[in-house]
Amino acid sequence: MSAPLLEVRDLVKHFPAQRGFFGMGRPKGVVRAVDGVSLNVLPGETLGLVGESGSGKSTLGRTILRLLEPTAGAVRFENQDVFALGADALRALRRRMQIVFQDPYGSLNPRMTVRQTLAEPLQIHRIASGAAAAARVLSLLEEVGLTADFADRYPHEMSGGQRQRVGIARALSVEPVFMLCDEPVSALDVSVQAQVLNLLADLQKKRRLAYLFIAHDLAVVKHIADRVAVMYLGKIVEEAPAAKLYERPRHPYTTSLLSAVPIPDPAAQKRRIVLAGDIPSPSNPPPGCPFHPRCPHPKKDARCGTEVPALREVAPGQRAACHFAEAPM
Amino acid sequence: MTDPLLRVRDLKTYFVTEHGTGTARAVDGVSFELQPGETLGLVGESGCGKTVTSLSILRLIPEPPGHILPGSFIEFEGRNLLALAPRDLRAIRGNRIAMIFQEPMTSLNPVFTIGDQVAEAAIVHQGLSRKDARARAVEMLALVGIPEPDQRADDYPHQLSGGMRQRVMIAMALICHPQVLIADEPTTALDVTIQAQILELLDRLQRELGMAILLITHDLGIVAGAADRVVVMYAGQVVESAPVKELFARPAHPYTEGLMESVPRLDAQRSRLHAIPGSVPAATAWPAGCRFHPRCPHAWDKCRTEEPPLPAAGPGRTARCWLVAEPARRKGGA
Amino acid sequence: MNPRAWLAVTLAIAAGLAAVALLRRRAAGRPAWRRFFRHPPAAIGIALLVSVTALALLAPLAAPYAPAAQLDIIGLQNQAPSLLHPMGTDLYSRDVWSRLVYGARISLAIGALAMAVAVTVGAVVGALAGYFRRSVDAVLMRLVDVGLAVPRMFILLMIVALWEGLSLPMLVLVIGLTGWFATSRLVRAEVLSLRERGFVESARALGASPARVIFRHVLPNAAAPIVISAALGIGNVILLESGLSFLGLGVAPPIPSWGNMIADGASELATAPWSTLFPGLAIGLVVMALNAVADALRDALDPSQETA
Repeated sequence: MSAPLLEVRDLVKHFPAQRGFFGMGRPKGVVRAVDGVSLNVLPGETLGLVGESGSGKSTLGRTILRLLEPTAGAVRFENQDVFALGADALRALRRRMQIVFQDPYGSLNPRMTVRQTLAEPLQIHRIASGAAAAARVLSLLEEVGLTADFADRYPHEMSGGQRQRVGIARALSVEPVFMLCDEPVSALDVSVQAQVLNLLADLQKKRRLAYLFIAHDLAVVKHIADRVAVMYLGKIVEEAPAAKLYERPRHPYTTSLLSAVPIPDPAAQKRRIVLAGDIPSPSNPPPGCPFHPRCPHPKKDARCGTEVPALREVAPGQRAACHFAEAPM
Repeated sequence: MTDPLLRVRDLKTYFVTEHGTGTARAVDGVSFELQPGETLGLVGESGCGKTVTSLSILRLIPEPPGHILPGSFIEFEGRNLLALAPRDLRAIRGNRIAMIFQEPMTSLNPVFTIGDQVAEAAIVHQGLSRKDARARAVEMLALVGIPEPDQRADDYPHQLSGGMRQRVMIAMALICHPQVLIADEPTTALDVTIQAQILELLDRLQRELGMAILLITHDLGIVAGAADRVVVMYAGQVVESAPVKELFARPAHPYTEGLMESVPRLDAQRSRLHAIPGSVPAATAWPAGCRFHPRCPHAWDKCRTEEPPLPAAGPGRTARCWLVAEPARRKGGA
Repeated sequence: MNPRAWLAVTLAIAAGLAAVALLRRRAAGRPAWRRFFRHPPAAIGIALLVSVTALALLAPLAAPYAPAAQLDIIGLQNQAPSLLHPMGTDLYSRDVWSRLVYGARISLAIGALAMAVAVTVGAVVGALAGYFRRSVDAVLMRLVDVGLAVPRMFILLMIVALWEGLSLPMLVLVIGLTGWFATSRLVRAEVLSLRERGFVESARALGASPARVIFRHVLPNAAAPIVISAALGIGNVILLESGLSFLGLGVAPPIPSWGNMIADGASELATAPWSTLFPGLAIGLVVMALNAVADALRDALDPSQETA
C-alpha cells in the first residue's frame, strides 16, 4: 500500500457573501462552498468526484491546487504542506500538479497560437527554449493526437475537441504527476467526449498520472474512475471503489443520483426516484444532515434534522455519511 | 392511422455567411411527421441542424442571414405554416404550437414577474382579462409543481432556481393548452436530479393535456426514456427514423450505431469507449456523396460519390444508408 | 508655392490613399478589418490622418518658407491667399501654409505623445486595480475619482501658469498625466471580466507570476478599450493644447502650433480671417477623422461580433 500522493484533511473554503457598505463592510453571511472534506489520492489512480451544482466540487479542486486560499484545513502533496509553501516552492509545485479545465472555449488565450500556448509553460519553468522547446511542442501535439499543422492555429480556428486536446497538452508540458480534470468533457459532443476520455485514459497509463476527475455525469465517471466520492453541499457523503458504489450505494443521495441518470436503452427503463424540491443554497445549508429535506430514505427520522452524520467506514473501503448507511435504500 | 398533427416535408433552411464563404446548409431536406399525443425525439449532436429545424417550424429564423427555401412544406392542422400571413402565424405561436428553450435564465424577461409572463400568452391569445389571466397563471404554476404558486407569481426570475425557471417556462408554454410542444434541449442546462423532475413533469403533463411533444436533445438516455419514435439527424439531414425500441435494439445507420457505442453507460462495465473518428463537418462544406462517409467504418466507393436516399428499412423505419440496399457490404459482420 | 512643396503635398496625399488601399487588402482576410471599413467615414479618416502625418514629416520639403521667417513686415502683412502664399500670411507676415505644416508636427506630436503617456499610465493603473482588487483597487480608484472630479483644464492652467519656462516635453508629460483617469476605469472594467476567464486561471495554474499574467494574457486581450480611448484621446489633447496655446500658456512663439496660430490671428479676425481659419479647419478635420476612426475601431474590435 503506497503512500498517498495527495492528502486532503478537513479542508474548508467559505466565501463571504454580500458585502454591504460599498464593498468595504463586513460580509453578511457566508457561502460554505467546501465544508470539511478529507480524501486521499494514490499515485497512478483516478478518484472521481461527483456532484451537482452547489456541491463544491470545483471549489474543492481549485483550493487543493491553491488557486484559491483555504479557510481552514490542510493539503499535503508528495508530503509537502501545500498551504505553507512560499512563492518559489509553489511555482515548483505547479510542475507536479496541473489542471484541465471544463471550457475549451475560454481556457485558451484567443490571441496566442497553439505553439505559443504550449511553449509558455516551458518558458515559465525554464524547461526548454529555442529549438528544444519547438521540438517539445511538436511532440506534445503528437501525444494528444493533433497533427503538426495545428501549431500555428489560433483557438477560434479549432473545434471544441481540438481545443480541449491543446489544453491537455499544455497541462502535460510541465510533466506533472497529478492532474485535476475539472469537467473536461462536459462541454463536448458525445462523439468527441469519447475521444477525449480515451485520450485521458491512455495518457494516464503511459505517464503514470493520478487524476482527480470532477464531473456531474455519473456515467462518464464510471468509465474512468477507480474510486468515486460523491459530494453534496460542500461535504463528501459517500466514497467507495467505483464498482461497489455503482452496484450498492450506501447513501440515499447516491442512490437517487444513480436513479436519475437516464439510460440509453428503452428496455432498461426503471422507476426513477424523483427527489422533491431544489438543491439548497450553500449559503444556507439545512441543519443536521444537509440532504435530509429531500431525503427519500424510509427510515428518515428526527435525528437526521439535528445530528450531522459523520463520514464513517461502513464496509471495507466504503465510507458514507448517513445514519442509516448499514441499511441502505 | 390518424392524420399526422404536424407534417414537415423537405424543409431546407440555409444561412448566408458573413464573408460570403458560402452558404451554410443547416437544414437540407428534412421530413418527418408528428402524430397526435406522441413524443417524437429529434436526436443529433451540435451542428446537425436540429435546433434550426425546430426554429423553422415556427418561423423564428432571422431572415437575413437565414432563409427557408421555397419548396419546404410544414403542414399543421391542414395549413402550410410557411405560407401563413404573419398575423395568422402569431395566432398559432404560443397558442397551438408552443416552444420551450434550453436556457431558462435568458428566456425569461428579468424585469417582469413570472406571474405576468405566464399570464401574457393567455391575455394575447384568449383575450382573458388581467384578473382571469392571473388566476389561470396561478393554476398553471400549481400544475407544473411550483409550491405556493400564488406568492411565487409575484417573484422575479432571478429569485428562482434553474429548475423552477424551467417549470415557469413550461407553464408559459402550456397555458393555452397547445396541440404541440416543441422542447429544445429542455434539461441540458439542469442538474441531473432536477432533470429527472422536469422529465417526469413533462411526461405527466403530456398524459393530462394530451399534447404531442417534439423533444430535441443530444442525450440518448433521455430519448430512450421519453420518446415514442426517434428521428436521428446528421449534417442537416435525417439519417434514420424508427420507433424507439427498434432504434436501440437494431440501429440501421452506422452513425446511430457509433453514437450508441460511444455513450458512456451506467449499466455497462468500465471499458475503453468506442469513439467515432473525425469530427462533424462544417455546414458550408458537407462532404460529397453520403455525408457520413469520412467517418464511417463501412464506407465504400459508392458512399463517396452518391448520396443515399431515405428508403424504408423495415416497418415504420427509414435509414439513409447504402447498407440498407446492400447489407452484405457491412464490414466485420453485422 | 514652389514645385518642391507641390511634390510634398502630392506625396502626402498619395501616402494617405495607399494606406487605405493597403488596409483594404488586408480587410479581405480578417473580419475585424471588414467591420472597420463598413463605416465610410473610417476610410476617409484614415486617409486624412495618414496624409496629414506624412505632410508633417515632409515639412521641410512642403514648406516653402521657414515657419518663423517674417518675410516683409511692412509689405506682406495679412495678405490674402494667393498663388505665392496659398493660405495667405499672418500679422507678422509669416506664410500661413508653412506654419501650418510645421505646426502639424507640434500639434500631432503633442497629441500622440501625451496620449501615449496617458494610455500607458491608465492601462497599468487599471490593470493593477482590476487584477489585484481589494485594497489596491480601492485606493487606486479613489485616486481616479479625485482625478476625474477635478477639471482638467483648470489643473493644467494652474501648472502651466505657475511653472516658469515650461519646456515642450514637460508640457506633454503634464497633459498626459492629467488625462489617464478615464482610460484606467475602462481598462479596470475589462480586466475584471478577463481575470475570470479560463486562460487567465490556467496561466496562474501553470505558475506564471502576476506580472506575466497581466502583461501577456490580460492586457493584450483588453486592447479594445485602450486603443479606442487612445484614438479619441488624441483629438482631445490637440484641442486642449490649442486651448492652452490660445491662452498663451502652451507652446511658446515663435514655434508654431495650431493653437497659437489661432491665438495670433484672433486679433485680426475681421480683416484677415485666413490666419485663424486654416489652423482651425485643420484641427477640426483631424479631430473628426480621429473620432471617425475610433468609432469604426469600436465596432471592429468588439469581440461579441466575432463569429466562431
